[in-house]
Amino acid sequence: MAERTIAQAINDGLAEALTAPDVVLLGEDVGATGGVFRVSDGLLERFGAERVVDTPVAESGIVGAAFGMAVAGLRPIAEIQFMGFSTPAFDQVINHVARIRNRSRHRFTAPLVLRIPYGAGIGAAEHHSESWETLYVHTPGLKVVVPSRPFDAKGLLAAAVADPDPVVFLEPIRSYRAVKEEIPDEPYMLPIGVATVETEGSDVTLISWGAMMRETRQAAAVLAGRGVSVEVIDLRTLAPWDAPSVVESVRKTGRAVVIQEAARSVGFGSEIVAELQEQALYALLAPIERVTGWDTVVPLRRAEQHYVPGVERILSAVDRTLTS
Amino acid sequence: MTTPLQILAPDGTVRGEPQLSPEAAARAYEAMVTARVYDRKCSAMQRQGRLATYAPFEGQEASQIGSVAALRADDWLVATYRDAAAMWYQGYGMRNLILGRTGDERGGHPEEGVNVLPPSITVGGHMIHAVGAAWAEQIKGSGRIALTLFGDGATSEGDFHEAMNFAAVFATPTVLFCQDNGWAISMPRERQTAAASLADKAIGYGMPGVVVDGNDLFAVHAATSAAAERARSGDGPTFIEALTYRVGPHTTTDDPGRYRDDAEAALWRERDPLQRVRLHLETTGAWDEDRQQAVEAAATDLVEEAVAAAEALEPLGPGDIFAATFAEATPALEAQRRRLERDG
Repeated sequence: MAERTIAQAINDGLAEALTAPDVVLLGEDVGATGGVFRVSDGLLERFGAERVVDTPVAESGIVGAAFGMAVAGLRPIAEIQFMGFSTPAFDQVINHVARIRNRSRHRFTAPLVLRIPYGAGIGAAEHHSESWETLYVHTPGLKVVVPSRPFDAKGLLAAAVADPDPVVFLEPIRSYRAVKEEIPDEPYMLPIGVATVETEGSDVTLISWGAMMRETRQAAAVLAGRGVSVEVIDLRTLAPWDAPSVVESVRKTGRAVVIQEAARSVGFGSEIVAELQEQALYALLAPIERVTGWDTVVPLRRAEQHYVPGVERILSAVDRTLTS
Repeated sequence: MTTPLQILAPDGTVRGEPQLSPEAAARAYEAMVTARVYDRKCSAMQRQGRLATYAPFEGQEASQIGSVAALRADDWLVATYRDAAAMWYQGYGMRNLILGRTGDERGGHPEEGVNVLPPSITVGGHMIHAVGAAWAEQIKGSGRIALTLFGDGATSEGDFHEAMNFAAVFATPTVLFCQDNGWAISMPRERQTAAASLADKAIGYGMPGVVVDGNDLFAVHAATSAAAERARSGDGPTFIEALTYRVGPHTTTDDPGRYRDDAEAALWRERDPLQRVRLHLETTGAWDEDRQQAVEAAATDLVEEAVAAAEALEPLGPGDIFAATFAEATPALEAQRRRLERDG
């Protein structure tokens, strides 16, 4: 066991993946620089330029080439530097990567991993703070994984690389170095599609994923101090997502607050609320609350804090569910 | 502009020594005849309501058969909705080509061992797939290469740039073969580029660009063979511009009379890529009317058999549409399948 940040855990996971000869890591500045977030630090030296590939600045080319590699039998891991830069590659993702299995009725597949750092909170330039997970979740044929902690990041990355289908692996930028924990040194794999009930409780269920898990945990700690029994669920995977665990929890607590960083309308939280409405309506003691970003462009550095949901916003929503 | 490479003139005379042996030339010609029978059958079937929209390739048979004739059986071919002749010649079963055009995903499944992707319907996104596949083969050290076919319109897409650039930067064993057929639906070549020649674009990427008479089987084969050899020996990609012509409509829903003079198409019909090979084969004594009729009859049988096999297949059932989204259907997809089967 060793203490690792999320960035280090992903680095460990990438290094383990690259020990297989069919795995290739490619992207802008992933080699010599070790990635803009240094997540692939040291991998070029260990695995060489044929397997850790610095590409031209061309996101569509990166994903399109990774698609061709995957179809031809490799296991490419493609990195896009920021979610805001993933749009040039979006055609490749939704029109080819996600569809080739269906288009060829299983004859060809694209088992690639598309790593995308996402989310706000580091005061970066425009296009560096987006949470567009819904775009990928809404695309049939993709799996979408969003770890919130080092243990999950390493285990889910291993599962993503091994998965027979394309996996979008979203990395929470502001948690890269802010969340640390002891994780096993040896390789391990966690199942895609299984949520974690991090804390058990009986009064209210908080449901979140990825970057927002930090604020969610902080809010839960405050609530626990106030004597509220909070159940905390980290979805870990958005496609497929673990609806049964969420439904079971809310049937027990009768109250739910869904916390997402993305814009409010038609965010993934809306899907969770819809599912709970279908499956847990009669157990509800209060309307389900959504704590979200707003239907605005993510503000730049000086006003960013107004956008990203903070602990106070979560506590207010929980208070409403407890008092209604 | 570079003078296009021509070996076989429209009158059937040959300049220099063709690389295709008389037997190989006869085989390629038989394939061209078969492809034309297939193409006309598909257009007819669409008019009968038996196929979804169909994109005919008539006039482009030399480009498609000639380029694929330069490949090995396990090389990659990544092509478009107008390239059924090429795909079939590289091993993609005719039944499934037709099945795909009837509107059935099972048509996207070529035989095991045939490295031909189902046709790309979006324009221009597929060339980089050939670059990626070739790159993978390079990493694996398999000796395989990839050929990608696309039209003049595709060179206007941003993805063309990325495919050319990646191929050249990483020296992937890829042949990028443009069938410059004059028209992208209603837009002439001049509206796709102000460049004198599409092949000139290759210079900017640091790869060779070659212009060939795309209606000349021998020239297409020679240029593609040289490019394939170059790719296989580790010297990187080549761009080939084959000057040809889409003598038919863009698709069966298109009316070329709205945007082009039929006199232009008529001129190209006279440059028919099949006719000149036949003239040449006749002068060598390798061909005569009896053999022509026998080949046409065999082609008709082959196509009819493929059509019958495709049409004999029951359409996908409601449960089947969920079966190829993932390797294994997710619980949510299973629930949706049950709902469809219950509620219709």
